[in-house]
Amino acid sequence: MQTFQQSFAHAWHLVVTGDATLLEIVLLSLRVSVTATLIACALGLPLGALLATQNFRGKWLVNLLVNTLMGMPPVVLGLIVYMMLSNAGPLGWLQWLYTPGAMILAQTVLIMPIVAALSRQVIDDRWSECREQFQSLCIPWHRCVFTLLRDCQTSLFTVGAAGFARAISEVGAVIVVGGNINHLTRVMTTAIALETSKGDLALALALGSILMTIALIVNAVVLGTRQRLQS
Amino acid sequence: MSDATAIEQSRIIDHPMHNRAQSLLPLKVSSLSYSIRQRALLHNIDLELTISGITAILGHNGAGKSLLLRLLHGLIAPTSGTVLWHDRAVAELEVRKKQAMVFQKPFVLRRSVAANIDYVLALRHAASRDTRDKLLRDANLLDKAKQSATSLSGGEQQRLAIARALATDPSVIFLDEPTASMDPAATAAIEQQLQSVNRQGIKIILVTHDIAQARRLADDIVFLHQGAIAEHTPAEEFFARAHSTAAQHYLDGQL
Repeated sequence: MQTFQQSFAHAWHLVVTGDATLLEIVLLSLRVSVTATLIACALGLPLGALLATQNFRGKWLVNLLVNTLMGMPPVVLGLIVYMMLSNAGPLGWLQWLYTPGAMILAQTVLIMPIVAALSRQVIDDRWSECREQFQSLCIPWHRCVFTLLRDCQTSLFTVGAAGFARAISEVGAVIVVGGNINHLTRVMTTAIALETSKGDLALALALGSILMTIALIVNAVVLGTRQRLQS
Repeated sequence: MSDATAIEQSRIIDHPMHNRAQSLLPLKVSSLSYSIRQRALLHNIDLELTISGITAILGHNGAGKSLLLRLLHGLIAPTSGTVLWHDRAVAELEVRKKQAMVFQKPFVLRRSVAANIDYVLALRHAASRDTRDKLLRDANLLDKAKQSATSLSGGEQQRLAIARALATDPSVIFLDEPTASMDPAATAAIEQQLQSVNRQGIKIILVTHDIAQARRLADDIVFLHQGAIAEHTPAEEFFARAHSTAAQHYLDGQL
């Protein structure tokens, strides 16, 4: 096994020389997680707004489901998506298993409840302040929702970032539905798990440091954007 | 005809723009009751307001003042009874659109002062820079138009809320304790704004705990006691010689 120092030196070399394999893995990771986050936000934010602003039959059940799914282990969710996408499953016709599409689907399902639950809370707090005012102004519901989403944009931006962080850092779901196939479905987290088991700590470390850097950049962007929007 | 109605009718001749409020008046409230879980919070309210002016609703804590205001505006539906504005039910959208409400805690959108007004003008398909600037000028907020509304002081936010209510071009404005916990300067600025609004012929129905404020602003007083109207009297008469024992106790600070 390489020494700690050797591993770090090799990892640094891979990063600064722009190793093709490394780059490919990083880019696929970003493509999958960014797409999943965008889809999860497109679905989760309106769902959060609906749960915050409307009373309907079965709302309690939907809230319970959303809250429960927030804590679902990724590997269990990966298994469910795997079964859905397998040939015998209801979505087998898509032929998505072991493709980035399957990984996007799994991550979307994984983070959508997080986005919905957190945005529900953010919007609910604001809604309790403005509900009567909007009612007094005779604003139709859909317009209330658009106004609330815009009004809460700084907090919702953080919600989106939390969803992205969850997506890009998870390994269980993507390894089950993607299969960690080289040049096809290998992303940073699955590659780190594989390279660590093979004893190639340099690539694992390089990927790990890039993952941390991405987390740092995302948080910096979120903080910067929050400050800009608040000012 | 009640004393308050008579005094309102005599004032109509002097009012410069009485027609604006007249599109919704008279307000006729009949046998209005509101209960929650068998507990009557308001019962058998009968009230008639005929012309524009400032009506203050007074009463002790829990008397049902804010509840009555919300029922008159149609924010909540009564358990029984009717609220008719110019013989039309308060639930009708056209009636509601001619009314605006300002709440105790001012709500402002998290955008600029000007954008808060623009938002409501756009809702009413009346977006215009001139209208917006006039509303802000009247509220003494024109120099803060580009500032974030959330950075305004409490008094300024309330003035913005009133300006935004005016952006709906209402005939009636409801205000629920608009100067609660404000300093005298902020209170005076809002009262000045309300008097100016009333001079435009807009009916004002105001809930307040501030007896001095009611004395300064109101033309007539609706006094609520234990969920019922104890009296509806012209303001001068109310403060000189309240008819009901409850009102007398209230003015004496015993209620």
